[in-house]
Amino acid sequence: MIELRNLSKRFVTADGPVDALNNVNLTVNDGDIYGIIGMSGAGKSTLVRCINMLERPTEGSVLLDGRDLGALSKKQMQDVRREVTMIFQSFNLLMQSTCLQNVMFPLKLIHTPRAEAEARARELLETVGLPDKANVYPAQLSGGQQQRVAIARALATKPRVLLCDEATSALDPKTTQSILELIRQINRDTGITVIVITHQMSVVQEICNRVAILENGAVVEEGDVSQVFSRPRAAATRALVFPEMASGEGPVSTGYGQLLRLIFEGSITIDKPLIASMAMDCGIAANILGASTRTVGKREYGYMLIEIPGGPDELARALKYIQNVPDVVVQVEAQYNGREADEA
Amino acid sequence: MSQFAKAFEPDKLQEAWHVFLTEFPQGLWETVYVTLLATLFAILLGLPLGILLVTGDEKGIRPLPKPLMKVVNVIINFLRSVPFLILMVMVIPLTRAIVGTSIGSVASIVPLVVAAFPFVARLVESSLRELDPNIIEMAQSMGSSTAQIIFRVMLPESVPSLVTNFTLAITTILGYTAMSGAMGGGGLGKIAINYGYSRYKYAVLYLAVIVLVLLVQVFQSVGTRLAARLDKRIKK
Repeated sequence: MIELRNLSKRFVTADGPVDALNNVNLTVNDGDIYGIIGMSGAGKSTLVRCINMLERPTEGSVLLDGRDLGALSKKQMQDVRREVTMIFQSFNLLMQSTCLQNVMFPLKLIHTPRAEAEARARELLETVGLPDKANVYPAQLSGGQQQRVAIARALATKPRVLLCDEATSALDPKTTQSILELIRQINRDTGITVIVITHQMSVVQEICNRVAILENGAVVEEGDVSQVFSRPRAAATRALVFPEMASGEGPVSTGYGQLLRLIFEGSITIDKPLIASMAMDCGIAANILGASTRTVGKREYGYMLIEIPGGPDELARALKYIQNVPDVVVQVEAQYNGREADEA
Repeated sequence: MSQFAKAFEPDKLQEAWHVFLTEFPQGLWETVYVTLLATLFAILLGLPLGILLVTGDEKGIRPLPKPLMKVVNVIINFLRSVPFLILMVMVIPLTRAIVGTSIGSVASIVPLVVAAFPFVARLVESSLRELDPNIIEMAQSMGSSTAQIIFRVMLPESVPSLVTNFTLAITTILGYTAMSGAMGGGGLGKIAINYGYSRYKYAVLYLAVIVLVLLVQVFQSVGTRLAARLDKRIKK
């Protein structure tokens, strides 16, 4: 179990101090695939580097199974880094070493006998699907293959935690899928805890069971992926889940109705022609301004932003109708645009 | 001008050819071994110093006290800025203390090393600084010690760049040997000065220059090829 307690990190720059992390509290359970998502500059990279003390937190502590990593000696910390390993956005393979030598690298550091290290490295290259690339240099591999070698290297010392720092950000969507599938498979097979740092929603949706949303160095929302993504509370989460809403380029209301956000929690409601039946049953012709559905952990989730024309009467009827539909949550939306300007 | 032209008359050329056959083999040999030995010692001193410049830096993997780094940098800059001709004279006491004399090919190695090792240290520094900092971070994240980062990551990853820079060092030192030849050292430089400058035998001078140029070409192309062969980033 990894616990971050009141973690803060302040950098002193030429322009004065910058708070990269601000009182972060998180708990990652064993076997979790834990996503930490945020826009660039949110402090994700600093956060992940605090977990293995590549960055020393200014305040607070990192506990690995109750052990305070900040209190360890340099030597002890080196040992912890064999239990908590890391993969990177730019793969960071040794370009002058073969794939086999790259995977053996962490084992050489702890003076593992050569034959043993080589056997382990070959086994790992097998695991990541590159048994035939042992004597090939990284420059001859594609990005996805290089990341596979990096994953094999990160697993060499049989770590309990794998930190992934934007590990798929440099890869195309198809390769990203296959790398995520590999990470999930390793998580299933070995029970390794994975912490995934990313700015890509799709990555979290694909493999994480829990997620924390980081904004300006602080955790603004945290919980099960399905929960957080189906009912985003914090503005930063909404911006990530429904970017079209936050960007200001979203649907524009006609300004003569009330906006409602319908949130679907389960695949059944998606199949039901809710809007059409509301039109027939209540005589309310809702205007659909935007909609999006996503698959999160094999369940269908989505939202729809609709506009109910007319006055408070129609709104009350519409609300009542929708509230009677199971697995749909309805929220009355604040007006985004147009309305206030029109009234003023 | 007339005297210059006379230096290339048939009998002078014949005489130069004679010098070429009798004295050049020995001179070439002296130049080569002085160059190679001086380069070797310059690397032995300059490589650790170059590593220190990078790792001991404020942002390096093992920062050293700033005043210490400042002193090291000042000494290197001082040695680099003294003209080689003057440096040779300045280190005569050191040469005598080490070799026993300040005259001859072996003695000329001392000033060559003193002049070249700060240069090599700067070359090593620039080679190591080219390295992607992400690679260093990777090594740290895997629990490497400082020594392991230096010997298992920084140096092996920089081999092609180091070979290229050592080639530059060797050709520069070769140039210096010609100068030290004029100041009591041996080799092709001595032959060129003795015949060409002191006795107006320009034909000999030009022959010596041609041989030196060819020597630089040989060192350079061997170094370039070696660096390319060693670089595993190049797809074959």
